[in-house]
Amino acid sequence: MTQKFTLDVNGKTHAVDADPDMPLLYALKNDIGLNNPQFGCGLAQCGACTVHMDGQPVRSCITPMSAVGNAKVVTLSGLGTPEKPHPLQTAYVEEQVTQCGYCINGWIMTAAAFLRDKKNPSEAEIKAALEGLKCRCGTHMNILRAVKRAATMMG
Amino acid sequence: MTKQDKPHTFSRRAVLAGTGAFVVSVGAPISLGTVLGMKSAFAQGVKPPLVPEQLSSYIAVGNDGAVSAFFGKMDMGQGLYVSIGQIVAEELDVPFKAVTVFMADTRTSVNQGGASGSTGIQTGGRQMRMAAAEARRVLVEMAAEKLSLPADQLTVTDGVVHAKADASKKASYAELIGGRYFNVQLEWNQQIGNALYAPGKAKPKDVKDYKIVGQPIKRSDIAPRAFATEPFVTDIKVPGMIHARVIRPPVAGATPVSIDEGSLKDIPGARVVREGNFLAVVADKEWDAVKAHDKLRVQWSNAAPPFPSQEALYDHIRKAPVRKAADEKPVGNVAEAFRNAARVIEAEYEWPFQSHACMGPACAVVEIKDGHVTCYTGSQKPHFVRDGLARTLGVPPASVDGIWVVGPGSYGRNDADDCAHDAAVVAKLTGKPVRLQYTREQGTGWDPKGPASIHKARAALDASNKVTAYEFVSKGFSRIDVQTNGSQPQDTLAGHFRGVPLRVNDNFGVPAESYVFDNKRTAWETIAQFLERGSPLRGAHLRDPVGPQIHFASESFMDEVAHAIGADPVEFRLRYLRDPRDHAVIKAAAEKAGWKTRTSPQRQTGNTVSGRGIAYSQRNGTTCAIVAEVDIDRRSGKIWARKFTVAHDCGLIVNPDGLKHTIEGNIIQGISRTLWEEVKFDNKSVTSVDWLTYPILDMTEAPETIDCVYINRPDRAPTGAGEPSIRPVAAAIANAVFDATGVRMRRVPFSPDRVKGALS
Repeated sequence: MTQKFTLDVNGKTHAVDADPDMPLLYALKNDIGLNNPQFGCGLAQCGACTVHMDGQPVRSCITPMSAVGNAKVVTLSGLGTPEKPHPLQTAYVEEQVTQCGYCINGWIMTAAAFLRDKKNPSEAEIKAALEGLKCRCGTHMNILRAVKRAATMMG
Repeated sequence: MTKQDKPHTFSRRAVLAGTGAFVVSVGAPISLGTVLGMKSAFAQGVKPPLVPEQLSSYIAVGNDGAVSAFFGKMDMGQGLYVSIGQIVAEELDVPFKAVTVFMADTRTSVNQGGASGSTGIQTGGRQMRMAAAEARRVLVEMAAEKLSLPADQLTVTDGVVHAKADASKKASYAELIGGRYFNVQLEWNQQIGNALYAPGKAKPKDVKDYKIVGQPIKRSDIAPRAFATEPFVTDIKVPGMIHARVIRPPVAGATPVSIDEGSLKDIPGARVVREGNFLAVVADKEWDAVKAHDKLRVQWSNAAPPFPSQEALYDHIRKAPVRKAADEKPVGNVAEAFRNAARVIEAEYEWPFQSHACMGPACAVVEIKDGHVTCYTGSQKPHFVRDGLARTLGVPPASVDGIWVVGPGSYGRNDADDCAHDAAVVAKLTGKPVRLQYTREQGTGWDPKGPASIHKARAALDASNKVTAYEFVSKGFSRIDVQTNGSQPQDTLAGHFRGVPLRVNDNFGVPAESYVFDNKRTAWETIAQFLERGSPLRGAHLRDPVGPQIHFASESFMDEVAHAIGADPVEFRLRYLRDPRDHAVIKAAAEKAGWKTRTSPQRQTGNTVSGRGIAYSQRNGTTCAIVAEVDIDRRSGKIWARKFTVAHDCGLIVNPDGLKHTIEGNIIQGISRTLWEEVKFDNKSVTSVDWLTYPILDMTEAPETIDCVYINRPDRAPTGAGEPSIRPVAAAIANAVFDATGVRMRRVPFSPDRVKGALS
């Protein structure tokens, strides 16, 4: 049986009629119509579906609608815009990070929360913070350069 | 259409004026307006047909002078389209920003092969260069007529043709042709795909005059990804679209006997779609399709489990009858040389099945409306997908559009082509537009696999340690159990499950190198699949098809021979390699890495030991050498591939920035495949079905440094970079492990357990 949910996504509210056990990802993509995040595994193993809930990165592919509540959900497109980019988005463009780009939600949303809480991280700390995220194209060196650049910008 | 001697434009019925039917916008991705404009132009008879021998199939100039390049290959994320834009801008003498490259859309481009064999620049760029040069020639001739000046007294600056002696005598491209299509016939070689070549009469620019080619121009498609402003193929939605999930058998080869549709009764709108043994569920909402996939109860036939145990894989390959064999480039009398040898060095290497394991499982959207099929696909060969869907659906290719939209990676013949066909079958059976995305389990478990293989190498030495003979034989599953594109239903799972007749395709490969020995034989042998129809282990192209496995073996073996005769691995290679470009990359990599001449292994104590190794290979005109430096924790067996030094020669470098990113991606993916990747299976099916059961390289394992030496050879036409540098990675790591430990790893992957076992 479906229930009515009110989601706060990127500063706007949306009414969504959905199964309580439906993962948030499907509401974001299909009911709200966002181009992001992405379905990678449905198992919280890759990060492609990462969004912020009240500032914390969560895997929307396993987060049921019933667990979202009043949380403020922010997706990659809500993190910044071409006019007002998040430093990580700027750094991604500057460092030319992505290849296919399908993994981008995981890396940026995870790194954004990390860099907000941790100033001037070491390379080892950055790598540890990003552990478990997947990138199949092998842009790891680029990602590290971009996160370091963003860390400097957010100094 | 007759061959045109005088350049002119296609204007049988109408000349487009003002903001006419063909409008291009600078820097924009392909827009609906452009395509509709093209369609209406076709309909009005103002555009020549989209055929390989027409200049308008590659180049158009808009009213504002903006140039559109229609490219029948595509960029899988390495910035190829930037290089193509540079090549076109260079030949046309327009600013780079004036060119927009439209890719991989059957509505706008001819079949140049899609992404294939690292030929994006090598053959795709060659054609675009010749087309752009011809367009420039035609435009200069048009200006000559308009200005009443001989063409040889004219030149072009930023899209304006003007007299060399008097720049005020001028005509811009926009004035000459803006908004109208070229109607210029090219000399087509009658090939499609990678081999398509259709030059005009123009002689392209001399490389010494290049201003745009060679520049590190950045990609403009990163920002749309970073801000999520453009859709992936997974984001495509069409009105009335329903969602599908396919159902795969739990035992490979099993077929559905009965289906309990009642198991879906609680899921709104969910229903079963079946044709032959092809089985899917659909629902209006995606989550309902996911639930239906999980809940559908199917009774499957009692198929005999088709696979041996994982442990028996290499023995199976060793013992299996050879289905096809090929000797390539035999030199001298190998058998006799081995009979006369003072010493023989032998080794055998093993490489597992590997998965494309794309970042997301494949997705496709297919709409069949009024007899016309539109397919949005992440496939790297959308023109072939068009041809395949036409066959699967029984309609003419002209009734199908294959439109590439960026998807979750590719790296060869991945699951995207299967997904497009599956979606088409469901669309046909339901009469509705269908979006199908595979599950993660299907993405990793059921994609076509890079084939498993064994490789036997031996070398004959004389009393003075000279290598007198070398023999290298690969034996494994075919790399083309399913072909490299989706143009034939028998190469797709939908075809397999729907019962289309199959065919056998065999191919493997031999090392690509320039070692010269008096007697030399390189050969391959292929064996039958475990299961011919609907196998999750069917072999297909995975980035640098069979290159990593062959050169893991051949370049590990060269190190083994060097060790056996007490030679430094770099010195040994230089002693026997013939091609000066091969010498150049090896010397460049060794020098940049600070290679000290000595033999391997080092004698080290302590828990963490370090080593260095070199490997090299050629690939279709490109040559690449890699020095790997690794640290190994003896207690855990864990390898950190810490530093790579890559020397890379792909002829003329078109865009050094794109080359750098391309090489880095190759190295990382190569490390991943060497250290971690192995498709696991039991006797029923593949058991590598997610990132836990098919691990890849983690960020915490990324190298500290990837140094590159780019050898630019402006005198040589550009060759590929998309795959050559993944090729020697495994051997470079294996050779470094040997240098560090004295232990030779002959089976990939070098997982910690396996390394620990080898060290103990």
